[in-house]
Amino acid sequence: MKKTKKKLNGAQIFFECLKRENVEVIFGYPGGSTLKIYEELYDVDFLTHILPRHEQGATHMAEGYAKATGKVGVVLVTSGPGATNTVTGIANAYLDSSPIVVFTGQVPTHLIGNDAFQEADIVGITRPITKHNFQVRDIHDLAMTIRKAFYLARTGRPGPVLVDLPKDMIHSEIEFEFPEKIELRGYKPTYTGHHNQIKKAASIIQKAKRPVLYVGGGVIMSNGSDELRTLAKEYNLPVTMTLQGLGAFPADDKLSLGMLGMHGTYYANQAVMNSDVLISLGARFDDRVTGKVDTFATDAYKIHVDIDPASIDKNVLVDLPIVGDVRIILTELLNELKEKRDTKDWLDQINKWKQTYPLQYEKGDGILRTACVIERISEKTKGHAVVISDVGQHQMWCAQYYKFKNPRSHITSGGLGTMGFSLPAAIGASFGVKDRPIVSICGDGGFQMNIQELITAVAHKIPLKIFIINNSYLGMVRQWQELFHQGKYSFTDLDSDNPNFVKLAQALGIPAYSTDNPDEVDDLLDSAFAINDKPVLIEFKVEKEENVFPMVPSGASISDMIINKPKSKALKVA
Amino acid sequence: MKHTFSLLVENTFGAFDRVATLFSAKGFNLHSISIGETEIRDISRMTIVISGEAKVVEQAEKQLNRLVDTVKVVDLTKSQRVERELALISVNYKRRSLEEIKNICDVFRGKVVDINNKTITLEVTGPPAKMEAIVNVLSPFGIIEMARSGTVALKRGEQQKAPQKEYLHSN
Repeated sequence: MKKTKKKLNGAQIFFECLKRENVEVIFGYPGGSTLKIYEELYDVDFLTHILPRHEQGATHMAEGYAKATGKVGVVLVTSGPGATNTVTGIANAYLDSSPIVVFTGQVPTHLIGNDAFQEADIVGITRPITKHNFQVRDIHDLAMTIRKAFYLARTGRPGPVLVDLPKDMIHSEIEFEFPEKIELRGYKPTYTGHHNQIKKAASIIQKAKRPVLYVGGGVIMSNGSDELRTLAKEYNLPVTMTLQGLGAFPADDKLSLGMLGMHGTYYANQAVMNSDVLISLGARFDDRVTGKVDTFATDAYKIHVDIDPASIDKNVLVDLPIVGDVRIILTELLNELKEKRDTKDWLDQINKWKQTYPLQYEKGDGILRTACVIERISEKTKGHAVVISDVGQHQMWCAQYYKFKNPRSHITSGGLGTMGFSLPAAIGASFGVKDRPIVSICGDGGFQMNIQELITAVAHKIPLKIFIINNSYLGMVRQWQELFHQGKYSFTDLDSDNPNFVKLAQALGIPAYSTDNPDEVDDLLDSAFAINDKPVLIEFKVEKEENVFPMVPSGASISDMIINKPKSKALKVA
Repeated sequence: MKHTFSLLVENTFGAFDRVATLFSAKGFNLHSISIGETEIRDISRMTIVISGEAKVVEQAEKQLNRLVDTVKVVDLTKSQRVERELALISVNYKRRSLEEIKNICDVFRGKVVDINNKTITLEVTGPPAKMEAIVNVLSPFGIIEMARSGTVALKRGEQQKAPQKEYLHSN
């Protein structure tokens, strides 16, 4: 053990700890309570500090970075409003299990509880939306707390961890020693799956006649994509993915069924509903996936692999739970599987479903549609870009029509559904990924929710491709209003108030274009991908009242899909 | 069905709040919650009584286990256990009812801990069912105020040896 004891202040300890955690980039916004840290940062050279234009942006950036790289994203903000502005981003990271550590300044310990200037009980506020949080009350605990925060964020089921740093903790000095060992007696994640359960799973998979792999974000987080591909291809198992699982298995593979659930493909939902063995890997049977729970894959023997024991039997009762790391369990499962099984009949049936209702949209009428834009982006980038979608209709079209080939390529706000996520998350991702294009796809509504981060993209000369899908509506809400709320487009029409996005971008020095012509899409995309030293923005003015189909109405079974635009405008929910 | 959970939690600030927050956030039905020191210096024991369907209770147990501050969760409902609660009950009395109240107190092995011209305060301990019983019997006299500790519970019989060692190792 090292015995090099030197006297450091809290701010210096903070950076010593970040160094040991190999932090390369932090997203931070200075303020009164963190002045000392920023004084110290002035001379720190081992990391890059990114200044967003709003603290919410900082948290989404950290999450984008974490999702793109698998590393921990780090946020540093001041007390009070700085801290409360991170709340949405933290909740987002919590629901999508993203490893981020958020450091918040706090008023000095002797003022806590006094309604001091810029004081907020951020530890209390974020308790239900963090994996864990801390307030440092003794400078001697500072290094250990930071160590624990990083450890908790990235291990087990990853998630956001918040560390609240009262001002006096940052200022006072102690002899620093980095804690080599962490003591967390209440936290012992399980990585290795139960051997007999895995054996049993193998024997059941081998007997399966109509197996389906149902794959979630856990496969990507555990870096288990290769093992998944081996499993699917060796044993001819069809694969369907959740929104967060897209990219775990190549979309253009014949075994891929695309996404399942509310806006999933008809054939994925049919396959799941008619399966006899459903193998869930790192997915959590979310309500957007299962539809009406009582009717979900009732005939299937359900195997559920998940690192979080609390995910097992939470929404859907399963027959064979295996708690642990998906990649480790898949490796062992591959060892246990012996004979290859012929699933030809089943795959033929699935192909019939694929032919009955393929994903399709109207073409050739000169009208620009989102699906067309996404398809062109997918082809231009050959499915290799990192695509960060926002929330709403375009997000679903993106999931349907972008042919993701690699894990960590699709970053989106799934669980919380946070509009305004895409732009900052894409900026964050760009600091972790240098060898692939970064594409932010936003609706005209969501784009305006964190529009200030355009300035961050300009300031850091990020070669970001920003594609606004402008249908002049809050499209997804409008779709529901059309289908289920008597067509009353209450406060979803943005048309008359939307800014001129091109001029707006140009005012910030961003080259920008706009089109509503399907024939211009290719050329515009070419010019956008040719720019590599700054952000570029294209506005695609698309068909205004297009709906995302297929669709499972809220509360319906996923076998009851609306495939096409219904003739009567208002539909009743079953 | 009611379930009694015994939790060992880190004696840190926020641990209690984390458990309480969990119940409101997840909508679990909480009957009582009590917390106090244990034989281990930096660990507190919480006794939680909740009710709900088996699936809900199982989820509650998993969520409690998921908390980083939770060192151990035991569902005592599954084993032989001792459950006790303490109640302080202030009752109206008249001269002619005083003896009767004191008799009731004796039957329930309670103690008179305070008395003045109008009210008498009893201290009663026992399993939760006994608390319900004495409250029922005293109600006709007019209960002025009542304070109940919530259930505390321990497993019956031979305990595992040296629990400290189990909890003091690091990972």
